[in-house]
Amino acid sequence: MLFVCGAAELAPGEARRLDSEPPIAVFRTDDGELFAIDDTCTHQDASLAEGWLEGCEVECPLHASKFDLRTGAVDAPPARLPVRTHEVVVDADQIYVIASTAAVGS
Amino acid sequence: VNRIVIVGGSLAGLSSARALRKQGFGGELVVVATEAHRPYDRPPLSKEFLAGTMGEAELALEGAEEQLDLTWRVGVSATHLGPERTVELSDGTNERADGVVIATGARPRTLPGPAPARGVHYLRTLDDARALRAELRPGARLVIIGAGFIGAEVASTARGIGVQVTVLEAAPQPLAGALGPKIGAAVAGLHAVHGVELRCGVSVVGLAGANRVTAVELADGTSVPADAVLVGIGVQPNVEWLAGSGLHLDGGVICDEYGGTGVAGVVAVGDCSAWADPMLGRPQRVEHWTAARERSAVAVATLLSGGQDRRVGRPAYFWSDQYGHRIQFAGAHHGHDEVVVEAGALGPQEFLATYRRQGQVVAALAVGHGPAFLKHRRELAKMATSAGQEMA
Repeated sequence: MLFVCGAAELAPGEARRLDSEPPIAVFRTDDGELFAIDDTCTHQDASLAEGWLEGCEVECPLHASKFDLRTGAVDAPPARLPVRTHEVVVDADQIYVIASTAAVGS
Repeated sequence: VNRIVIVGGSLAGLSSARALRKQGFGGELVVVATEAHRPYDRPPLSKEFLAGTMGEAELALEGAEEQLDLTWRVGVSATHLGPERTVELSDGTNERADGVVIATGARPRTLPGPAPARGVHYLRTLDDARALRAELRPGARLVIIGAGFIGAEVASTARGIGVQVTVLEAAPQPLAGALGPKIGAAVAGLHAVHGVELRCGVSVVGLAGANRVTAVELADGTSVPADAVLVGIGVQPNVEWLAGSGLHLDGGVICDEYGGTGVAGVVAVGDCSAWADPMLGRPQRVEHWTAARERSAVAVATLLSGGQDRRVGRPAYFWSDQYGHRIQFAGAHHGHDEVVVEAGALGPQEFLATYRRQGQVVAALAVGHGPAFLKHRRELAKMATSAGQEMA
């Protein structure tokens, strides 16, 4: 389990990037929900934590492909492959991520 | 509207096709594309593709399972736009349409005068990038004419391969138009840090060499030896084919704020178009990837609604990768009276700065500092949205 930050430190509409291998992005949507996905866009080297969060989707800052935070699915090219999703756990007001063991790009 | 012809098969054309389907257009959709290649992404041509770390297949802009139901006319160019939206093509055929999206892009401006047959390069297409890539060998001397984004990115990539690079810029200050003089100078300072010589205020008068280029000749009588030359001095819009069509052409297809051309059923988007810019008070071409993609949805809505749909766009955005730094810009810095450094220090390293007019942030630029930059980009979008609602 990877520690992210205190629950109060991640405001709605914001994201955190974990320097894990591979890096993971943790988002709190405007509705307050928490999601975690692989941080690196499957298309080119861009950090999705620096992407545009709207509802349950984050848009890659460079090429505007959108990823669904719930499923990791991508809406339109240039990105073609989904990102992996990871489980988020909140325990004693601390946010943690349980990293997926699925292979990257599957 | 039953039949729409999109003239141009690159990012703006493909994005228009996608937007048309997304906005519910179920009729026939024809795409006319001059290049024989299917739509590909151009930004990597000066970066990863040029460096050899990205292959050709990865440049494809279309998804393997994407079902847009398009009729492609590849390898032909539009030669004229006639009455009743008849697009005349270079193979002698016509395409009649109820709606036309003009997305013919731009091509590099060329140096005046004769040039040696070999070793002089421009960079716009996949074929251009392949040819340039073949010249980039460790120790080779590359002279880049023009210190804009293409020149700077190629300098960075070439340096990474071990090429000796000299950049020549005619203006006294690099990137002054794109970023303003102060920030432009700071960003261009990256060249020297990474061992690339940047010479500003230098006037190129010719290229020496019988068959292959050997040097770039300057107005002061000196010359800079070169094994290869890249010319990156801007682009000109591909709009000559529209002469006599009734469209207003003045450094691009002149459009309103929503891509409308003033001719019923004809919109224009991407590098060939100059949309009205309310901040500038005049039309302005915007030659950036994100503009081509985002404005397609606006132009297409204009086409389908007959000019009734008025959606507010996001602030302008572009990025560049140079010497391992991601550079990002959002907003419009025109008329700014102050530059405020928000993080780091102004200079050839990572920093974040905002441009302000009468105290109000109108644009932001970051070298690195991605998360902080995103906050500014979102703030600028909020301001644009509320300003748009006030106008509506």
